[in-house]
Amino acid sequence: MQRLALFGGIYSNHRALAAALDDAARRGVDAVYCLGDLGAFGPYPDRVFPLLRRSGVQTIQGNYDNSLALGLPDCQCGYTDPRDNHFARLSYDYTFRNTSAENKAWLGTLPATLRLEIEGVRLLLAHGSPRKMNEFLWESTSPDPFLNYLLDEAQADVLCVTHTGIKWHRPLAGSRHVVNVGVLGRPENEGTTRVWYTLLTISRASVDVEFVPVVYDHLALAADMQAERLPPEFIETIVTGWWTTCLEILPHKERARGQF
Amino acid sequence: MKYPRIELAHLDNLWFQVTGTLCNLACTHCFNSSGPDVKTFGFLSPDAVRRELEEGARRGVRDVFFTGGEPFLHTQIAEMLEASLEFAATTVLTNGTLINDRMADRLAAIERHARYSLEVRVSLDSFDEGTNDAIRGAGVFQRVMATVARLSRRGLLPLVTVVHTWSDAEEQEILPGFVRILRQAGYDRPRIKILPALPLGRELVRLAGAHDEPWVTEEMMQGVDPDLLMCSNSRIVTDRGVWVCPLLVEKPDARLGDHLADAASGYELAHRACFTCYQYGTFCSNVNAGIEGAGALAAPGERSEA
Repeated sequence: MQRLALFGGIYSNHRALAAALDDAARRGVDAVYCLGDLGAFGPYPDRVFPLLRRSGVQTIQGNYDNSLALGLPDCQCGYTDPRDNHFARLSYDYTFRNTSAENKAWLGTLPATLRLEIEGVRLLLAHGSPRKMNEFLWESTSPDPFLNYLLDEAQADVLCVTHTGIKWHRPLAGSRHVVNVGVLGRPENEGTTRVWYTLLTISRASVDVEFVPVVYDHLALAADMQAERLPPEFIETIVTGWWTTCLEILPHKERARGQF
Repeated sequence: MKYPRIELAHLDNLWFQVTGTLCNLACTHCFNSSGPDVKTFGFLSPDAVRRELEEGARRGVRDVFFTGGEPFLHTQIAEMLEASLEFAATTVLTNGTLINDRMADRLAAIERHARYSLEVRVSLDSFDEGTNDAIRGAGVFQRVMATVARLSRRGLLPLVTVVHTWSDAEEQEILPGFVRILRQAGYDRPRIKILPALPLGRELVRLAGAHDEPWVTEEMMQGVDPDLLMCSNSRIVTDRGVWVCPLLVEKPDARLGDHLADAASGYELAHRACFTCYQYGTFCSNVNAGIEGAGALAAPGERSEA
């Protein structure tokens, strides 16, 4: 039996990352994987890197990491709304200015995907989707036939992604699974301040998926963000658990569940 | 001239021109010239739709779209939306004038029971009643606002789609203007999507020659992700066969087969409207690949695999 902890979208939330790593260590997981987007949204982006290195977290590249590493002018987040893009710009510019050259270079060394084979189960880890780093795989717009197509193409039994900011799990026929592992960076638009990571337990070709809530000192993070003069809209999300930005990319079901 | 050829990478988006070109309105910018007497294309039957949904599912379809004409002229539109949601996330593009309380109830019930998202895209062209109705027809503004209120009261959040017909000078006031009138109508968290006008159909008449889109060349496609073009990820089913994309249904060369199963061949970008798609990305989908499109992203060597 092997147990893996997976998360994505740290968004510079070093406090939630530390809490999640502690929790995973307490549970005695065999390995920890980060599915990308280390920066964005939160304060002091360089604080995330030593935590990942210290815990030996195997990390793949998200669109944010790719942009920072290549010095691109934007985060390739895939937003389409002018207001969303306005906030994405503030966030990217702050993160770009405050990420060291050494850490940017390290982001450039990360692989885009990672393949694992554990007890005969073939896993593929990707940021957005296996075919596109910034493709959004939302629960309500990722039908079974489409997910089976992605698994066929990837020659995988289990696909793990992040990028959307909201976790979900779809078991499929033939012991296949697609898991959006969620994000540590910000709460997932459900009105609570906790964030989430995913535990995968693989035992004799069977896969068990558990989502683990992470409670962390979100008020301290909000204070960090205030000290760095990050937008009040971002801080509101950390404190209330409701998204205030990046809303226009949400499909109907996910949007209707939120408050804004 | 040799046009770039785009292969179908994967059928992400399956479209149905469910009511052909029959519409109760005749908007001045309509790219496929739909209207009350326009029978270039006819209605699809629920059986024909289901057959192609099943074929789409075999191909791993992600999103299904119902367009026309006006889809709510079809008496069985609700059943077809319900069937489609068994297979994939589903969007219906409507002018919003035919959704009464009973239909709104039905749509809300369908949405509640579906695993996947149902999107209702309602067209509106200005937050000013007179400007809107000059494009879409007398009285349309008030009927659409009533529909938007009706849907939002039932927990449906329609995507209000707006074709870009204003001048650069007016740009700043457009979004706030729409937000204001939609909130006034009782839609407290309005979703708005802006679409480019297409140099096709009745819009060509409106433009009266004042447009200068070039063709897309092979050189322009260098370093560009073809996924930003509809033809690499979409097909549209009509009662007269399957076309490469919703924009080109009036172009005979864009008809690729009788059925979805034989419409997977590639397509050459032989029309000026292909440049609009190139310029703005796959704007026909609910979430664009990028509002600035392939043209704006085309710095070769700078593009990552993302």
